[in-house]
Parts: sequence; C-alpha cells; structure tokens
Amino acid sequence: MTGPRATTRTLWPWLIGLAGLVVLLVLPLGLARYGLYILSMWAVMTIAAIGLNLTLGYAGQVSLAQGAFVGIGAYAGAIATTNGLPFIAGLALAIVLCFVVGWLLGYPALRVQHHYLAFITLAFSTLAFLVFRNEEWLTKGIYGITDVPRPRIFGLSTDGPLAFYYFCLASLGLVSLATWWLIRSPWGRAFVALRENPVRALSLGVDTRRYTLIAFALGSVLGGIAGALYAPLVEFVDPTPFTLTLSFNLLMMVIVGGSGFFFGPFLGALISVLLPEWLRFAHGYYLMLYAIFVMALLAWSPTGILGIVQKLIADRRTRRASATRAAATATFTAEKSS
Amino acid sequence: MRTLMIASALALGAALASQAFAADTIKLRDVAELSGGGATVGTNFKNGADLAVEEINAKGGILGHKIDLTHADTQSVPGIARAQVQKALDEKPYVLLGPGYSGSVKVVASLAAKAEIPEIIGGEAAELTQMGNPYLFRTSFGQQSTMPKVARYIHDDLKAKTVAVIWVNNDFGKGGRDTILKEFAKLGVKVVADQSTEAGQADFAADVAKMKEAKPDAAFIYLNEEESARILKEIKKQGLKLPLIGETTLVGQKVIDLAGDAAEGAMGHVGLTTDAPVPAIQKFRDAFKAKYNYVPDHNGIKGYLAIYVIKAVTEKMGKIDSKLFAKTLHGMTIKAADEPGILMDVTYDEHGDIDRQGFLVEVKNGKQVVKQILPKLGK
Amino acid sequence: MANLLNLLISGLATGAIYALVAIGFTLLWQTSQTINFAQGEFVMMPAFFILAALHAGVPFWLSIIFGVLISLLLLGLVFKKALVDPMLKHGVLPIAIATMALSIGMKESVKEFFTAEAEPFPSLIPAGNVNIFGVEVSLQSIGVLVLAIVAVTALNLLLNRTSVGHQMQAAAQNPTVARIIGVPVERMILYTFLINAGLVALASVLITPIYLAKFSSGEVLGLAAFIAAIVGGFNQVRGAIVGGLLLGVIDNLGAAYISTQYRGAIPLFLLIVVILFRPQGLLGRAEERTV
Repeated sequence: MTGPRATTRTLWPWLIGLAGLVVLLVLPLGLARYGLYILSMWAVMTIAAIGLNLTLGYAGQVSLAQGAFVGIGAYAGAIATTNGLPFIAGLALAIVLCFVVGWLLGYPALRVQHHYLAFITLAFSTLAFLVFRNEEWLTKGIYGITDVPRPRIFGLSTDGPLAFYYFCLASLGLVSLATWWLIRSPWGRAFVALRENPVRALSLGVDTRRYTLIAFALGSVLGGIAGALYAPLVEFVDPTPFTLTLSFNLLMMVIVGGSGFFFGPFLGALISVLLPEWLRFAHGYYLMLYAIFVMALLAWSPTGILGIVQKLIADRRTRRASATRAAATATFTAEKSS
Repeated sequence: MRTLMIASALALGAALASQAFAADTIKLRDVAELSGGGATVGTNFKNGADLAVEEINAKGGILGHKIDLTHADTQSVPGIARAQVQKALDEKPYVLLGPGYSGSVKVVASLAAKAEIPEIIGGEAAELTQMGNPYLFRTSFGQQSTMPKVARYIHDDLKAKTVAVIWVNNDFGKGGRDTILKEFAKLGVKVVADQSTEAGQADFAADVAKMKEAKPDAAFIYLNEEESARILKEIKKQGLKLPLIGETTLVGQKVIDLAGDAAEGAMGHVGLTTDAPVPAIQKFRDAFKAKYNYVPDHNGIKGYLAIYVIKAVTEKMGKIDSKLFAKTLHGMTIKAADEPGILMDVTYDEHGDIDRQGFLVEVKNGKQVVKQILPKLGK
Repeated sequence: MANLLNLLISGLATGAIYALVAIGFTLLWQTSQTINFAQGEFVMMPAFFILAALHAGVPFWLSIIFGVLISLLLLGLVFKKALVDPMLKHGVLPIAIATMALSIGMKESVKEFFTAEAEPFPSLIPAGNVNIFGVEVSLQSIGVLVLAIVAVTALNLLLNRTSVGHQMQAAAQNPTVARIIGVPVERMILYTFLINAGLVALASVLITPIYLAKFSSGEVLGLAAFIAAIVGGFNQVRGAIVGGLLLGVIDNLGAAYISTQYRGAIPLFLLIVVILFRPQGLLGRAEERTV
C-alpha cells in the first residue's frame, strides 16, 4: 500500500485547517438543533476516526474494534457521571481503560503476526457488545443508562445544543493538535516507517512491536475519548450502537476520507454522518448507494478521496513544471537560433 | 482541496437548512428502524403508515388537508434516532411517529415533549408510558397489560405449576421477560428455566434440549416471529410435547407460514393480528397484501393505526393543533363504527396506554382459532 | 445422554454448513488474498435468486439450477472481475473494505427490492426423524451432513487428483513460479471464485429451509465461517472443515452447558486461544512471520 508523502512543505494544510475552523465556528450560529446535533456527532465520530487513522493510516494496523473502544469510553463516562463524578473523571477513566485494554489486546496479537490484530479485534468487538449487554449490574444491560448529564466546563453549563457543540469542537481541536504533534514527533515517524517497510524499520533499530502497540493503544484511547463525549451528547447509552457495524463504519470513514492523511478522518466522518442528508433524494436506497460509492472509490483510489485530490495536485504540478520546462526550452532554442 | 471544503460546507448548510413549509398539508414525520437490527419492524411500520396515508389522501385528506408523511432511518441506533427526531422536530410536524426500539424512544421522548409535539410509538416496553410524558402514545398494548393476562392464563387455565421462559435478548424480549417473571412470582408459578436467546439466532437445538431437561409444565416463548418459527420447528424435531404460550409473535400467520405444522397447538395472547375475526382487519390485510405483496405483522397494523388515530383525533378537534391533540387523545375512545380505519374500538388512558379487545388464540390446522375473547378492561 | 447425542449431531450439521462457507473463504484468501467480509451475504443471496424464480412460477428443481447459475455468474465471475481484479494491485485492505461495503449493498438490495421479512424456503430433504441408537435424529440434520460431506469430498478429489486441481494449488502457493512453469494462474484464480460461488450456493440451499431466507441471515453465518477458517487454519481446506465442525459442536454444547447469554462469546474465546497458541490454525501450515 502506498501512502501519501509524510511531509508537505506547502501551506495548504494550514489554509484548509483555518478555513475549516472558521466554517465550523460560524456555521452553527444559523443552524437549528438538528444541525448542531449532527455537527456534534460529526466531531465525536471524527475523534474516533482520527484514532483509527493513527492505528491504520500511520502504523498500518487494521483494527476492527474501534467501535468497541467508543463503547468502553461511553460506558466509562456514563457510569462515572451518573454516579456523581465529574465529567473529567469519566474521561480519565475512559482514557486509562482504553489504553490498558488496547495494550492487552494488541500485545498477544502482534506477538504472533501482524494481520492477526484484525481477527483479534473482530472477536473483541463482539465480546465487548456481549459484556455491555449482559453485565446488568454495571451497564444496566439492554435497557441502557438514561439521563447521562452534560458536563460543566469552568463553571459553564454545556446543556444547550450550541454550548455542547462548541465543547465537542474544542475537544476535536485539542485531539487534532495532539495528533498533529504526535505524527511529527519521532514516534509518528517511527509509525510511518513501520507501515512503509517493517523489515527495514526493524533493521534500523526501531522496536517495531513496541511502536505498533503504542500506535494501537493511542488509537484506542481516542476511541475512548470519542465515547466519553458520545454519552453526554446522546444523553443515553445502551449496547446497540457498539456492535461490529460501528467498527466497520469507522473503518470505512477512514478509508473513504483517505487513510494516512491528516484530514482524511474529518472528511470521511463528514460523508458518513451526513450520509442520509447527502442522499436524501434516494430515500430507502441511500445505504445501497453509499455501498456502491465506497466500492467504486476504492477501485479507483485506495487512498480515498484525499488520495485523488493529492494525485490531481501532483499531476497539475508536473504539468506546470513540464510546461515551464517546455517554455524554457523553446526560449532557449529561439535564442540560439537567432 | 479548498474548493472541496467549501463545496462540502455549502452542501452541509443547504442540507441542514429547514425545508420549505407547505401550508396546506398536514406534516407528519416518521422516524423508524429502516436498516440494522430493527429493519423488519421499522419497514412494516412504515408500509402500514404509507398505506393509511394513501387511503386518506385519496379521499381528500384530513379536514381537507392532504397528509405529507416522510420517513427517516435510525439505523436501529439510538444516537442516530435522536438526530433524526431532532431533525423531524425542527421541521415542526403536527405529530411524530416512531421510533420502534424502546431504547430509542427513551432517548427521544423528552425531546418531543419539550417541543410539545405528540409522539405515537410502536414500542411495547412497559416502562415507556410510566415516565409521565403527556405527549407519548402507544398503538398497541404495553407489556404491563399483556403479561398479566398471559400469566393468569398459564396459571388458571393450563394449571401449570412450573414454566420455562424463553426470551430474545433485546429490549423487547427482556422487557417482556422481566414483566412476566414478576407476574409468575405473584401467582406462585415456578420458573424452572429462564433462557435468553439471540436476535437472529438460527440454531435452537441447545435451547430446546435445555428446556427439555428442566421438564416444565408449560413454556412461555417470547421471541421475534422468525425465531419463534425456528424454535417451534426445533421443539417438534426434538419431540417435546407441552403447552407453548406466547404473544402475537408466537402465533401470527407469519410464524405459521414459516414453521408449518410445527406451529400446531401453540397458543398466545394477541392484541393486534391480521388474523383477527374482524372484517375491517381482513380488509386492511388484503389492501396491504395487494400493495406490498406480503402479509404484514403487527407492526404493519401499528403504523396503519397510528395514522388513523391522528385522523380521528383531528376530526374530533376540528382543527390542527399539536398541543390540543395530546389533551384530546387522553381518555378518548375511538369507535370503529365512526372511523373504520381504526379497525377495532380503542380507548386511550391518561398515560397514553391503550385499551382494546384482545384474543387468546390457538393454532389449529394452520390457522389461528380464537379460544377466548378478552374484553376491554375499562368497561 | 440422548440430549448430548442430539446436540452433537445437530452441531455437526450446522458445523458442516460453516465448513462449506469457510472453505470458500480460505480458497479466496489463498489464491487472491481476498478477505471476503461479504461471505455471509454470499450465502444469503442464492436463496433469494431461487425464491425469485419460484415466485415467477418456475418449478423448484429448475429454480435451484437457475439460482446456482446466477450465483456462479454474480458471486463468482462478476465479483472477481468487477470488484476484486481492479483492487488486487492495491493490497489486502481495500478489498476487505470493499467487501464490507458489498455486504451492506447486498443486504440493502434484498431488503428494498425483495422483502425485509423472513421467507419460508422449501427443503430438498424431507422432514421427519429417524431413530439412531434410540435417539430421534432429524432427517434434515443427516441430509445436510451427508450432502456437505459429498461436496467436500468432491472438492478434495478435484484439488488433489486432477491436473486442474494441481494447477490451482500451484497458483495458490506460489503464483510467480506457477506462471513460469506455464500454469494459467489467472484462470485458476477464476476457478476458485467459481468454486466459492458454488459452495455458498450449496450452503444456501441446505441451510435456508432451517434458517429461513432473510436479508440479515448472512451476518451470523459470515462471522461463524470467518472464525471457523481461522481456527482451522487459514491456508488449508482441511482446516476449514475441522474448524467449521468444531465450531458447530462447541456452539451447541456451550449454549447447553455453559451460558446462553454468552453463547456468542464461546467461539470467540476459541478464536483468541487459537490465535495465541497456534496462530497458523489447528491444521494450518505456519506462515513466515512478516517481521
């Protein structure tokens, strides 16, 4: 699998980030509650997808358990906050739990063979659902946990839809910055080295197993953070959202947006969360059209939409370069002949 | 790249902007499980509602207004249900329909109440109408009113001392199981096997074997239609002979079609059934079959009834007013003689629960045979 | 005791179906590194092809032939040419994701164009029980078991006793060398896709009378086949058979004697234990470690 270049010297990412941020800050002011809710949902799902992108896009590990980690985070947050603890305690619990479980899950899988992580996480996803549903003393089982409170941040209530949206957006901002820093740190470079050429990475002295595990555990933590936000967003947690389907959906978000691109999860989550809106004309057929779209996209560009964009930009650059070259040659020959 | 972002932002804005308001139609919004685990339930409900809308619109609508009904998909996930309900409420509908899953109903019911928009649900879980929400209405019996009848039948008529309870482990099955267990405790019926099964489970060999070992006098089976059919087949295969009692989902025509002669002798309490000996229901069933080419389950009837409840209430009020709607429907009796679409006389109580005639049926020769007619409780 | 025997036989019958589905799964993996997440839906679809023909008034036996042919065409040929081939060069992951999308697409199309309801499906095998050692065993269980064994034996003969079979194995084990020695690798890969389509069609005909035809019925089967394949050994046809049978039996015994609430967890524990202690599967060959 070929990935995007690790570094871009252009200002493009910054410009896009800035433009996106302005839109995200201003757009909600004109939106009804539904719009705010769905944008908050987008922010939450983007955090989970960023986590998966870290595991998959940068470290090259397929995880089919991201949905389960969102579930663990959601339950950790909901159980803590409905028992009177502050949001931050629930969040901390979610982070610690997901890191530990992620590490325990990845450790044996990666000991044997890389692609076994996919199988182990698949099994884990289903197991997690069963635990959520069956352990009624802890999770209230199939009935779910109602009235999950929304947090107070610096004494400010986030009960209102706009306030909670900005809270989700701020969380997304923090997660993005942390991830941006991480992938530019030596760790991030080690992740990419692992994905591109594990054997060489090993021979260069990168402790591959450790770094893969760290990538997986950190990705899981982001899933947990997303879950801790999901619980107060919906104000209700039950097992039904955290089936294998969510893990598949998150995987598709990352791939459709462009795995290994920083902005891939943002775009992929946007497409997925707003899917019923994009395809409103299609009524009952929207999931079918989405499926066809994903298949066609992957056949064309395995690195997703941003892969296509990158290719277009690269093409244009080469064209421009060759045009300049051609012009230069023309001038040169013209000068010579005169 | 930037153009892409801008294009997305624009499309997003356009998508989220509220729709144009057509003044002369009655706006109804249905949020249903159209995909995912509850797809069968939601699709039936949607089809039933669409059929009713088509009939009413063909006759000129309600008070001269055509009905504008659209459906949104929850994908069987409460988080998405909440989004879709929020969207529906932002469009300020007259009445909200759905969702089907009890979990989703719990998430959204307070939203509809805050918006003062009545919500007509298909859910049967007992607790839903106990939350004190003045805008929530059922279309069928809640489990708190069916389970006592079933338990009493098992105790009084079948004289069973021990019973096996087989239930599907989702909100529907768990709710029914929890409710009937309480009833059995009150009556002193001993539960010798309490077995959960999975939704969509295909192989019931182990469950039936376990039930066989417990040697109960009777078995209460509370599964979805197709799982009911599978377990009936397995019970026949393993040669187990004991009275089997359930609900609509055990003795419906769908189960009989799927299970064949394995369904013989199964008994159940039935609130809404396409097989009820009521001409209006037979007529509905034929109309549904003609339109969709299959026989609906009780969820199809629920969707159909929801629309006709709206029609009856609105015509009684003589105007379109969401708040008044909720007030009017509490304590209201709708008679099939006045509104044939309601199929059977129904009375709403102050919780939004319904009271209606019910049936105790047994499957004989591939048909439901009514053993007892359970009268309305109220009068 | 009678119960135990009953559970064993019924578990073996279910397991035989898992095995059929898992074999196709491993074949696709061996020849084209395709992890088919739509394998369960591949079992669901043929039943609906057959039902479509039945509803059009075609007799049952002809409908089955029609269903099998359509399956070979759509789930074999078209699947390979339209989906797998364009993506093969991109590696394992894009194909896996594309098959996830395919499974959504298949479920949704059956739901929208056919029905969201479960449909009864006629059985090839007559209903009824036979008495074996004093235990009532259903003819259906026995029939499923026998037909599955026949199919697997035939497949084994094809793979091990015919020249085409040897070429297929060569193409699977080392495509580069196979190409050099003149094996038409491309055609061999196509054969495995057709065999997979045939196996799922057979599984569909055998299982649907018991499981009923429904758009979502592939979900459970797909996961079971996936687990069976890994438990038995991802790179061995024999492994898939053992994995499938084992899974069927363990599932039944687990549900009867351990827990019904956690029934779904038992095969998963098996999967995890196998990956940890015998990652190549019970009967699989050890693959080289990538790192």
